[in-house]
Amino acid sequence: MHEETVYDALTGTHDDAAHWAFGSGFDDPLAGVDTTVPDGVDAADLGGYCLMLGDDALVLSQRLTEWLTRSPELEEEVAFGNLALDLLGQARLLLARAGSVGFLGRSRERATDTIPHEDALAFFRDPAEFRCSALMAADGGDFARTLVRLLVAATWRLAIFARLTTSRDPVLAAIAGKGIAELRYHRDHAARWVLRLGDGTAESHRRAQDAVDAIWPLTADLCSPTDVETRLRDAGVAVDPREVQEEVREVLTHVLEEATLQVPPWPGPTPPRGRLGQHGPEVAELVGTLQSLARRHPAATW
Amino acid sequence: MVTRVLRTGTPATTARQVAGTVVDPELPSLTLADLGVLRDVRIEDGVVVVEITPTYSGCPAMGVMRADLVLALHRAGFAEVDVRTVLAPAWSTDWISADGRRKLAQAGIAPPGPAPRRPVGPVPLDLGPTRRTADCPLCGSADTESLSEFGATACKALRRCRRCGEPFEHVKEI
Repeated sequence: MHEETVYDALTGTHDDAAHWAFGSGFDDPLAGVDTTVPDGVDAADLGGYCLMLGDDALVLSQRLTEWLTRSPELEEEVAFGNLALDLLGQARLLLARAGSVGFLGRSRERATDTIPHEDALAFFRDPAEFRCSALMAADGGDFARTLVRLLVAATWRLAIFARLTTSRDPVLAAIAGKGIAELRYHRDHAARWVLRLGDGTAESHRRAQDAVDAIWPLTADLCSPTDVETRLRDAGVAVDPREVQEEVREVLTHVLEEATLQVPPWPGPTPPRGRLGQHGPEVAELVGTLQSLARRHPAATW
Repeated sequence: MVTRVLRTGTPATTARQVAGTVVDPELPSLTLADLGVLRDVRIEDGVVVVEITPTYSGCPAMGVMRADLVLALHRAGFAEVDVRTVLAPAWSTDWISADGRRKLAQAGIAPPGPAPRRPVGPVPLDLGPTRRTADCPLCGSADTESLSEFGATACKALRRCRRCGEPFEHVKEI
């Protein structure tokens, strides 16, 4: 077994000669990681929870990439690409974690055997099987709305990840611990933009305020725990999103006040929807774009 | 082509030396060891076990790093190699060695300063202009400004030297 080139070594890491043409292929992000489910933890709950956090990152990453080739300036184009890449990396780890505990939904019925779990989950689930919250999947809108959404999303996710570092699932804890530095960078980048827009020109202020008014109601879905989150919280694995609400509000209020923007009232509790796969048409559209090539050529290899 | 490694020590020492020669695919002037990505090399039941850690969650180079390590060790005669990912503790730029920092600067990339402390509890918000500073790797001036918080790879930002006018990359502290 002596490869002559790196390509040989890459292809040699799998027994199959051909690799699926899309997705991550030969590179398992959890290669060598102990993926045993901790005692007393329900594997289906753990998988479902990893999908919630993974799908949030996956759809937000996809939304950010919609700006590529369309950004107002080159630096922001590079920023969106980098932000999306970090989130895609978090999504890969979390989807792989869901796959490692056998939580695959109907994806395996549609994906051929050679496609890794994380790719089967990303490319072969129907929109109703996605567990992303409404905030992450909402239409990007204009530049202001994209940055306000990113600010809220990163602030919330950072608060959740900070608590997940002590999760009883060591894999989830490690993924969260890794993501913290990335999310902090995302949040602070978005916050500085919201400052510039809110405290900028009359037009940028108007657009930033419109964005805030449109985004705020979407936080309700983010802060409504499902039964899965409640059970896993009791098992020491997950975070009840209501626990981070106050911290998130404080950070966001601070940014908005500095940006001379009005802080809308925090929405009251509503039953969870996105986490249960109840989405608006924008999710079907997003997922359709994300999956179009893979679904059209499900057996394509290179 | 065969990588020549002086075989003086135990197989584990040799495996460590070989793995230590593998370079980063995106920063080829540095080895994975210089970057702190290579965490451990040992032999378990005749298998070389290599542990690596990703710099960022989305680091697209992990697959190539893994393949490069396998290739180098196979060429050095180690038939069985198991490259494992370790996610915790999370990689920090503080793990880049002094040698690695010197090589970065020689390649025209400003090395990172000390990483921000990892807070216990809420992560403090930073609204001001980034306080990050980096000396120009070309002329050495400390008078440099931020061009972009993001760069060509996840680990770098872009800056410009106010004295010599040259733009340069800077490895962000995490």
